[in-house]
Amino acid sequence: MKRDYYEDVRLFKSGTILAWSVVFLVFLFTLPIYTPSYNIYLLNVIMVHVVLAVGLNILVGYTGQISLGHAGFFAIGAYGTSLGMTHLHFPFLAALVAAALIAAFFGFVIGLPALRLEGPYLAIATLGFGLTIMHIIGRWNIFGGRMGITAPPLDLGIPKSSCSWVIAGDVKIYYLILIITTLLVIAARNLMKTRVGRAFMSIRDDDIAAEVMGVNLTVYKTLSFAVSAFYAGVAGGMYGFVVGFFDPFTFNLILSILFLVMVVVGGLGSILGAILGASLITYLQYDLLKNVENLPVLGELLVSISRRWFTVIGLANFSGIALGLIMIAIVIFEPLGMFGIWIRIKEYWKTWPF
Amino acid sequence: MFESLLIEGLAIGACYGLFGVAVAIIYKTSEVVNFAQGEMGMVATFVAYHILSVHGMSPWVAFPVTIAFSVLLGMAIEFCLLRPARNPTVLGMIILTLGAEMLLMGLAGWKWGAEQKDFPFNLSLVTTHAILPGLAFNEWTIGVFALSIVIMTLLFLFFRYSKPGIAMRATQQNVNAARIMGINVERIFSITWGMSSLIGAIAAMFFAARSVLDPNFMMEPFMRAFAAAVLGGLTSIPGVIIGGMILGIVENFFGYAWPEWKPIVAFVLIILVITIRPSGLFAKHYVKKV
Repeated sequence: MKRDYYEDVRLFKSGTILAWSVVFLVFLFTLPIYTPSYNIYLLNVIMVHVVLAVGLNILVGYTGQISLGHAGFFAIGAYGTSLGMTHLHFPFLAALVAAALIAAFFGFVIGLPALRLEGPYLAIATLGFGLTIMHIIGRWNIFGGRMGITAPPLDLGIPKSSCSWVIAGDVKIYYLILIITTLLVIAARNLMKTRVGRAFMSIRDDDIAAEVMGVNLTVYKTLSFAVSAFYAGVAGGMYGFVVGFFDPFTFNLILSILFLVMVVVGGLGSILGAILGASLITYLQYDLLKNVENLPVLGELLVSISRRWFTVIGLANFSGIALGLIMIAIVIFEPLGMFGIWIRIKEYWKTWPF
Repeated sequence: MFESLLIEGLAIGACYGLFGVAVAIIYKTSEVVNFAQGEMGMVATFVAYHILSVHGMSPWVAFPVTIAFSVLLGMAIEFCLLRPARNPTVLGMIILTLGAEMLLMGLAGWKWGAEQKDFPFNLSLVTTHAILPGLAFNEWTIGVFALSIVIMTLLFLFFRYSKPGIAMRATQQNVNAARIMGINVERIFSITWGMSSLIGAIAAMFFAARSVLDPNFMMEPFMRAFAAAVLGGLTSIPGVIIGGMILGIVENFFGYAWPEWKPIVAFVLIILVITIRPSGLFAKHYVKKV
């Protein structure tokens, strides 16, 4: 029960939540001590996707716009950061912010047509944007063309000079990404508690009513796109260094769909939901479903089904099938996503055993 | 040179238009952009390929079976996915059809593998016939034109004179009013999806004859067909075909001048059209249904 305005805008609702958040952060910071290194790589990818999903959730969940082109912003971030470091000799953080600002600018530009479009039309316009970016990058030599580019050494100082400070290895990158991710997630949570965040939510709930109440739709819709694209740009910049090598076709339509799925599966309009969704989908995509035939019971079953009716070599496509089923099931059975499940569990235990 | 570019563009454009009609029919009736449309056509094409190449049967068996399969597939997707979703939002609908797309793509990859195949098609791209003096049409082009004309005529007659066609138009105008007038709206949705899947499957087979057959060969044609549909205005069926032809001609001439940038034309065009005139060139201004 909220009694005054300041209770509503507090970053953490209660001391308990604050305490648990601190415990969780401490756990994350000590994680590399007791996990094998492949899992650290997986965690890095998860955190990159968390940043992106939180950003996309600002746009989709809080402002109610649709984007199927976030792979485009992601690509701008990845290429911008790497090229800024190799050609302009920027330090990593400067290149990251610069690339993210470029992505944010593109987000602003895409936000302009969004003033007139809604629903499926907006989805198609953003989809077209994402594919255009992919094709442009694939055809320009400075971007490495179809062959892709390798990320330069991750340098926090100025590259190729006396004050360079190269970070190498998954564990060190893990700490860097963890710090950036934590800051961005807190920033997003904070943003949603401000005037801007409330303007976003009012646009989602009813844009005409919001305009009547004095929310400037032009400013806030484009701002939402820009903020979301900024997050995608930062995520892209970090992604380039996590995987080390990328080509234009990394950033295809399926990736944009995957991002949207993370947000929807996690829960629209919730930071926690975005984190949960990004973690689950990334884990499924990169770990569990990648070698589905090695799973204890399901794997054997699937292999025998493949022998009987399908092809064993095509079993690699199973992750697509599983993701498709998850998407369909979420919309039909649990439109609020994992966050909705969490809320229901919480409500149930609050009054337990009654 | 000019004539052949024009004819080629018109033919591809008619194909985009046909596929765009499939998208537009569903959009008009149920306000869903069916992102799975391309993959529905892709699976149907794979079924045709399976019957033709693996079982080695004649096209006279393969094509009717494929047509029947595509109709059933469309109805099944409507019945299993869209009907159980209770009052989904626009985003929910998009996620649903995208989920169906991933599902179909995964199933096709599981069954037929990701390697590219040649689709054995009866109409060749090489053999040409000079129908008009000085103009050479290849068989594929003739097939596309003939089929577009036949399908357009049938659609016109269907929507104008047949009872389900009129019921479909009523449903498009107002679902609740149609229900009150005694129209079984669920059945209309089912027919719509079956019909759209059929048209999409036919267009997809023509696309497969031009390119190669693999589980994601319909992705880009779908985008272009959607661009065509938006260009012509999603609500007017002749507009969609004309939009497709404009897109085909623009793309072909542009591709001749700057082959490097050919794949982007459709996307730039779609963004421009959507931004400047969201209702399309041939439709009345689109009004938000409240």
